[in-house]
Amino acid sequence: MKTIYTILICFLLANATNAQERYLTKNGAVTFFSSAPMEDIKADNNQVLSIVDASSGKMAIAILMKSFMFKKALMQEHFNENYVESDKFPKATFKGDILNFDTIKDSETKVEVKGTMTIHGKSKEIVIPANITRNEDNILVKGEFNLLVADYDIEIPGAVAKNIAKKIKVTFKFNHKPYKK
Amino acid sequence: MKKIIAIIFVLTFSIQLSAQDLLDVLNNETPETENIVTATFKGTRIVNGHSIENRKKKELEFIISHRFGRVNTGFEEFFGLDQSNIRFSFEYGLTDNLTAGLGRSSFEKTYDGYLKYSLLKQKKGTNSFPFAVSLFGSIAAKSQKAVAGNERSFAESLFYVGQVLIAKKVNSSLSFQITPTYVHRNLTAINADPHDIFALGFGTRVKLNKRVSLNAEFYPQFNKLESIDAKNSLAFGVDIETGGHVFQIILSNAITMIEKGFITESTGNFFGGDIHLGFNLSRTF
Repeated sequence: MKTIYTILICFLLANATNAQERYLTKNGAVTFFSSAPMEDIKADNNQVLSIVDASSGKMAIAILMKSFMFKKALMQEHFNENYVESDKFPKATFKGDILNFDTIKDSETKVEVKGTMTIHGKSKEIVIPANITRNEDNILVKGEFNLLVADYDIEIPGAVAKNIAKKIKVTFKFNHKPYKK
Repeated sequence: MKKIIAIIFVLTFSIQLSAQDLLDVLNNETPETENIVTATFKGTRIVNGHSIENRKKKELEFIISHRFGRVNTGFEEFFGLDQSNIRFSFEYGLTDNLTAGLGRSSFEKTYDGYLKYSLLKQKKGTNSFPFAVSLFGSIAAKSQKAVAGNERSFAESLFYVGQVLIAKKVNSSLSFQITPTYVHRNLTAINADPHDIFALGFGTRVKLNKRVSLNAEFYPQFNKLESIDAKNSLAFGVDIETGGHVFQIILSNAITMIEKGFITESTGNFFGGDIHLGFNLSRTF
């Protein structure tokens, strides 16, 4: 019986030390915007998971592609079926480091986040500019950047070339809270 | 001793936990969601018959369909292209699960209206369900003037169709549908003709690439009209999709495009060359 208690205490201690370091959100917001001559397309996802490890400045993001909401249902279907192929590649992910994480204060600080973005099964190294605010209770990360559809092997057929932009504007906002397991 | 081993074991395990990849943490934290399977078929039709797909709320689809004459009529009829049956229709999503359609076919000047309701969805993840079920009901009214002596009332010009559409998307490129069908006609040509005909439809879609798929459909009947040499409906199609358009090229042994027609009134022998070339063009607004 004693052994079990000891094991449990060890577990709790180990986890407790972990918990303070990490900040997580399950409802981060990612919006993408495509502006083309024929039409503008916008999609929102408010169920993005993001985590920051405050001890190392490492960051990871997981985006469920099917959670992107479009104005037109048919656009959403085509997005999932024909472009990002959500059945095969359900998630887009990012994994990297917040550069100069130690310089970030309780006021908005401009930094760069460098890492690997994986969309449609294709990975690419990128550097994203971000504004980060950090205090004891939360780490707020927000910003915007452009990405090229072609970088992730997503084809745009000629017939809709005037409807879908080659360069997509992405905006994001993650309000991380201390992560307690 | 045992105790010490246990502690060491737990500690190492915990250290591993803390070194765990951040993406793995996110994976574990991802809430289990209900994942509705979408796009089992590209269009609301597999070939001639309906698929389980509905138009979403407030979406309006305009469909122009064509079936030419039989290709084996030869050069004089220009392989069937001299003759054609056209159907125009508007199909509208009343809700995400209920679609209403109105159409008119040039063949026998027939008007048709239908309602299609998505009853059950195929789901993955939590509450998973292996297949999707939709219900379909239609009324068709023949408005072509009858020859003298054969006049009929409006009620006698009506046909009713009920279908249960059961479909499964096996993977992103393969889907199946089974469609038990009931067709009722108020007026039959001869007494030996049944008023009620039952059929069991089989349909499939094989995706060739992201925007092109090959479809096939077969509707064997359990009982048939006796006044004509009725055959079971067999049709093949290729779906090509671009943006809001779906373009279907069709080879069918039926010249009609509505259920009461192609399921019970087809007389073509597909493998004998009684093939009608056709197109379905759809535009969603």
